[in-house]
Amino acid sequence: MINLESLYQELILDHYKNPLNKGLSKNPIASVHHVNPSCGDEVDLNLELDGEMKLGVTWDGIGCSISQASTSVLSDLVKGKSSSEALGIIEAFSEVMSSKGSISGDPELLGDAVAFAGVSKYPARIKCALLGWMALKDAMLQAKLID
Amino acid sequence: MALDVAKIKRDFPLLSRTVRHELPLVYLDSGATSQKPLAVIDAESDFYRNHNSAVHRGAHLIAEEATDIYEGARAKIAHFIGADDVDEVIFTKSATESLNLLAYSFGQSESSSAISLKLGDSIVVSELEHHANLIPWQELAKRTGASLRWFPSTEDGRLDLSGLEQIIDVSTKVVAITHQSNVTGAISPVSKILERARNVGAITVLDACQSVPHFPTDVKTLGVDFIAFSGHKMVGPTGIGLLWGRKELFERLSPFLFGGSMVTSVSMTEATYATAPRRFEAGVPNMAGAAGLSAAVDYLESIGMESIHNHELALTEYALTQLQAISGLTLIGPKNSVDRGAVFSFTLDGIHPHDVGQALDDRGIAVRTGHHCAWPLMKKFGITGTTRATFYLYNSLEDVDRLVEGIHHTQDFFGARGIS
Repeated sequence: MINLESLYQELILDHYKNPLNKGLSKNPIASVHHVNPSCGDEVDLNLELDGEMKLGVTWDGIGCSISQASTSVLSDLVKGKSSSEALGIIEAFSEVMSSKGSISGDPELLGDAVAFAGVSKYPARIKCALLGWMALKDAMLQAKLID
Repeated sequence: MALDVAKIKRDFPLLSRTVRHELPLVYLDSGATSQKPLAVIDAESDFYRNHNSAVHRGAHLIAEEATDIYEGARAKIAHFIGADDVDEVIFTKSATESLNLLAYSFGQSESSSAISLKLGDSIVVSELEHHANLIPWQELAKRTGASLRWFPSTEDGRLDLSGLEQIIDVSTKVVAITHQSNVTGAISPVSKILERARNVGAITVLDACQSVPHFPTDVKTLGVDFIAFSGHKMVGPTGIGLLWGRKELFERLSPFLFGGSMVTSVSMTEATYATAPRRFEAGVPNMAGAAGLSAAVDYLESIGMESIHNHELALTEYALTQLQAISGLTLIGPKNSVDRGAVFSFTLDGIHPHDVGQALDDRGIAVRTGHHCAWPLMKKFGITGTTRATFYLYNSLEDVDRLVEGIHHTQDFFGARGIS
């Protein structure tokens, strides 16, 4: 059964209260600003790349618990990953989000992000969960790390 | 006389359904769209079953019936808003289209017309406007070189008229103001604004989307030039909007959409145009929508607009007391019931509106969250959005209690998890 407890899992609210990698870094290779025009939620996201072509993400934003926690989880998940690995993670997460609750997600690949699987049963909240993820994809496109 | 809300609720099929966890629905989103009584649903269905034909065209009985229904709806709307002349009522697809029609046509008029705009002229709106009564005027200002001015909002979400004489001056050609804010519920002091506008010869437009459905509105008493409102917020169907305007002004306005039905003659190189209302109703119109709207007016009149207004006033007084007693709740809007509709926007400390809406939905309470198409007003208040509960004739005092209980539950749910 879908209920409020299954949507707002402890892990999500923990990330909302204590977000990871929040606060924008100084020298990004790409910097994007994404807004959810239906509710006004915002995420600024800076993308960094180290000498071994591994990613780093810092961000700032205002919004609901789902959008902010999801961006926090994302920033932790892709840290130290290659851009192709990050793209694979984004695609797997997008697939969970569009599954209407039928796909729970691979914890090996998605880590804490599987906690958001319940969001896919609430169509109005999917954009919240994807806000930071679409921002990262956009930043990787701008940095020409993917095409 | 007090409304028999239980009886009214039974007229609206959707209001008897259950929502999440089999809970009965508490519908508090009529500011976005109202629910429809069976009479409206039946009227729209009856049009398709028995009278469907293109109005003003066919040489047959069914076309005559369709025309009677469509023009009958126009007459009914005219009477409902106190308009003397039926031809002053234009059917559009929405209030948004009605306002766009005006903003477009004001920009198209001959330079000899008093309605045309140019560099140095000004258009006046307010900070409380819905995007639909803001952006068309922004665009008109850009097209013509006119400047856009606005009345600011006060701290409690009312129009601040302290700068009335400066904001509306001899340069002002158009004043377009909301009749009642869809965010704060404040009813605008229109008589003062319209008087000033008339003194400088400006055209006046009222966005009446949140007023016509909720209290008696008479265009003659208002003394306004144009009003725009929508069918779906007054228990009518979606897809039909209204524009009322003074006939002599309509005659000086260029048509907005061109095509069939709106002409007097056509050659291969040019056309001449009919007078209002046909002038502004190109194409086959929303006839079933008009049939439904006609039934909506009958329904509202059977209850009585004065009774609906009084009922909402009682709801407003009760809700204001109950909501303001909640610790951690900030009401965005007037704190008393004077010149105020049953629209309650609020924020809860530490809990984002979207999360509030989700938690209320889990209790069967339907509200709206976000910026309510009034983004500039949100920025004014330094917030990204609010939770908004809007009440109508089918809402009861118990619905206020359910909302209050839902808010407490929301605070408990997130509070127990360390949020707020």
